Amino acid sequence: MLTRLGPVLAIGLLTLPVAFGLAGTVLPAFGYLPALGGKHFSLDPFAVLATEPALFASAGMSLVAGLGTALVSLTVVMLFTAAWVGTPAFRRMERLLSPLLSVPHAAAAFALAFLIAPSGLVARIVSPELTGWQRPPDILIVNDPMGLSMMAGLVVKEIPFLLLMTLAALPQARPVRTRALVASMGYGRVAGFVFGLWPVIYPQIRLPVFAVIAFASSVVDVAAILGPTAPAPLAVRLVGWMSDPDLSMRFLASAGALLQLVVTALAIAIWIGLEKAATGLRDRFAFAGVRLRCDGMVRAGALAMMLTSAAIIFAGLAALALWSVAGLWPFPDAMPASYSLRTWMRALPQLRDPMLTTLAAAFASSAVAVVIAILCLAHEDRMGHAPGRWAFSLIYLPLLVPQVAFLFGLQLLFVLAGVEATMPALMLAHLVFVLPYAYLGLKDPWRAFDRRYDQLAAGLGKRAWLRFLHIRLPMLARPILAVMAVGFAVSVGLYLPTVLIGAGRLTTVTTEAVALASGGNRRVIGVYAFMQMFLPVLGFAVATLVPALIFRRFRDMQY
Amino acid sequence: MRKLAISMALLALGSMSAFAGGSAPDPSDWDAVVEKARGETVYFNAWGGSQNINAYIEWAGEKLKERYGVMLRHVKLDDTANAVASVVAEKAAGRNEGGTIDLIWINGENFAAMKRQGLLMTPGWAEKLPNFAYADVENKPTIRTDFTIPVEGLESPWGMAKLVFFYDSARTQAAALPKDADGLLDWARQNPGRFSYPQPPDFIGSSFLKQVLAEKIADPALLQKPVEEADFEEVTKPLFAYLDELNPLMWRSGRAFPQNYPAMKQLLADSEVDIIFAFNPAEASSAIANGELPGTVRSFTFPGGTLANTHFLTIPYNAPAKAGALVTANFLLSPEAQARKEDPAIWGDPTVLALDKLDPGDRARFDVIDLGVATLRPDELGPALDEPHPSWMERIETEWKRRYGVAN
Repeated sequence: MLTRLGPVLAIGLLTLPVAFGLAGTVLPAFGYLPALGGKHFSLDPFAVLATEPALFASAGMSLVAGLGTALVSLTVVMLFTAAWVGTPAFRRMERLLSPLLSVPHAAAAFALAFLIAPSGLVARIVSPELTGWQRPPDILIVNDPMGLSMMAGLVVKEIPFLLLMTLAALPQARPVRTRALVASMGYGRVAGFVFGLWPVIYPQIRLPVFAVIAFASSVVDVAAILGPTAPAPLAVRLVGWMSDPDLSMRFLASAGALLQLVVTALAIAIWIGLEKAATGLRDRFAFAGVRLRCDGMVRAGALAMMLTSAAIIFAGLAALALWSVAGLWPFPDAMPASYSLRTWMRALPQLRDPMLTTLAAAFASSAVAVVIAILCLAHEDRMGHAPGRWAFSLIYLPLLVPQVAFLFGLQLLFVLAGVEATMPALMLAHLVFVLPYAYLGLKDPWRAFDRRYDQLAAGLGKRAWLRFLHIRLPMLARPILAVMAVGFAVSVGLYLPTVLIGAGRLTTVTTEAVALASGGNRRVIGVYAFMQMFLPVLGFAVATLVPALIFRRFRDMQY
Repeated sequence: MRKLAISMALLALGSMSAFAGGSAPDPSDWDAVVEKARGETVYFNAWGGSQNINAYIEWAGEKLKERYGVMLRHVKLDDTANAVASVVAEKAAGRNEGGTIDLIWINGENFAAMKRQGLLMTPGWAEKLPNFAYADVENKPTIRTDFTIPVEGLESPWGMAKLVFFYDSARTQAAALPKDADGLLDWARQNPGRFSYPQPPDFIGSSFLKQVLAEKIADPALLQKPVEEADFEEVTKPLFAYLDELNPLMWRSGRAFPQNYPAMKQLLADSEVDIIFAFNPAEASSAIANGELPGTVRSFTFPGGTLANTHFLTIPYNAPAKAGALVTANFLLSPEAQARKEDPAIWGDPTVLALDKLDPGDRARFDVIDLGVATLRPDELGPALDEPHPSWMERIETEWKRRYGVAN
């Protein structure tokens, strides 16, 4: 049966690239890579790695970034949900989720940088009236050695992600009833949520939290834009070594990628320790009967943090857009002195190829991912049960293993196979990262579908695939297109897979934008970051408009 | 695992197989070169960090396609050394034909490295290009001597460079501007946090180090010989003593550096620094024309002289589209392309051609160019200091990275 292909394809796509990629990283890390003259296993690459200056500073930075990002974003999401779930403010925030999620990490990082740099929009708006600054203050904000701005950039992107995951887990915790119960026992909103609902929700979003830790501890694009430079976080240095045309550096890079794997694993292990400590703390407060009735400050604070994180992205994007059409814009003017379309006119012809590559890779990978996800879900229907816990964890595999750790090996395999920098290879690499989102996004709408339609159609003698084509596909058109839009956005935002598999010859809007970051030309960065953000928005617009058009004469399908 | 090992071994074998060398096109039979070039795709590896340069290359690509049927693909590099290393790797893998690079924008130590390792297309071809007849070899000696290394026709001149400094006359007193490296240090003492240089090994940043070295070294003649012939530690002591003092006086107290020239230009535009420098005398005018710098920016140079050199185009020995690369190099040397390049509204890179060798029509293309308010006239540019032997740059960069590159 066709549907049996679904799980096979999915498991193959989720595990094989990771497994082969890891193998392709481990072997050179131990000195084995015949194509480059490494014919014997040795520990030399690690010895060389150990002599790299400031290696521990880099690895430590990555560890702290992973834990710090997860801690801050999870706390904000938990407190916000605790304080505001079920209110109009919460529903309004829910509506902002899709646009926030669709902003690629790199664009969000640029947005933050354009706001908080000493010459950024914030300083311009308050200067010189409030600060007296006629010129930007000489302080190191972006690229600060502590990595604070890098973590801030990650936090503003991970908050919407974790909030989405929390929203998906929320209904199973029966929030309304539980809240009524704990409120009747005299608990404040926040305390009641943390004691009564969070223990049910957290286990369901644990893997996404691990994914956040893994991502933040091994991120390359955000770190390259906002992170410290002397020394840079580990993953940034690894990519530098990996793309060094002196191929012998690949041994060093591979050894470093294993170190990255250890750092990420360590971060997750520490997190598990923190989980235990937090549980203990919660129990102490619960047993002590702390009810936290007057939590107005906490609630206001949670709302403020949530609004700030959203505002940073939107205001930053506005600053990016403004820079892309700015003529001369000297400090401390809050607005450009003149406007011009020159940057756009110059950039557009050069944008053509990266745009085509971006669109092709994003469209192909999201379409294939959705087809595989549908096959998987149809197979589950057939089998009558959802995948087991282990099979389900596999979905998160590409999100939990640091990208550098297996993409290095994957790139090497592609190089040796002579298919690096080809469209199919790039699409395959993107598919690995898009598939989890497609499956996770589609499983709830699919399972929520009313089976009686199916039974009715079957009773009318329709065969399985006709039932799918004529009944289920149109009725699920909306979620399917929405999931495709998510996959599209994920693909557009992918940096490292594109850089490594595209080998510098296949470039997307995202890789071009990050490459321009070091050039510091704000106008050009504005153009590229704007396009980066515009493409996913376009995807979501199509996903919203197409069902509205298809169903314009079907009143019950217009919701 | 076993499968992987087998596939890697097989594929490695495949990638190791060497080809026999093919015959290079002969530029003295130019019509044959043009004929052969038609339909070829030229992968042009050139620094891609500047939008106006990228746009210029884009323009050249359109013309080449139109006139010669040559497809020009700009592979944007952040460091030319990467292109060199790619060719090294290809040679090591026995890929003596069908390499990935057809044309490289190059000079200095990268050219020296490629020439030394036999990675360039031979025999010398550049002086046989039809447009080389216009090159100003008489008055621009660096066209035939690149960082002390004889060029011997292995690279074709593309543009001229001279280190010049820019400041905003609306903010900075012209009278207070430094007149040499020592003056710059004094100026930085009085204006802490208002100067920086791009982080070496960025080309412009390294050039600043060489400028200081050229001024501070006891015996400048040493720089014309390979670094091995000098006591590096001893003779560079003044340079690093200078940097030890300058760096803490710089922007962000020397804890962060702009990554390259365009980033430094943005710092001047934002009033974060007051003095910047570039290798292109028309760069400030070009930036003013593009609205990137205020119209009050002006240029100055050190009366005692600043570094000057020529930048070139070269063809790797294993380039698959040699004919196309020759046609491209020749087109970029044409009066039409050179005049467009010199216009600050486009790029502003000084020409390598001798205007008196051109016919009146072509000379007119140059005469109409407005070099812009911020560009010094050729007689104001000051004496040219010779570039040191390329081996110096490498040692200085390594030493800089060791001292200032990690964890301050």
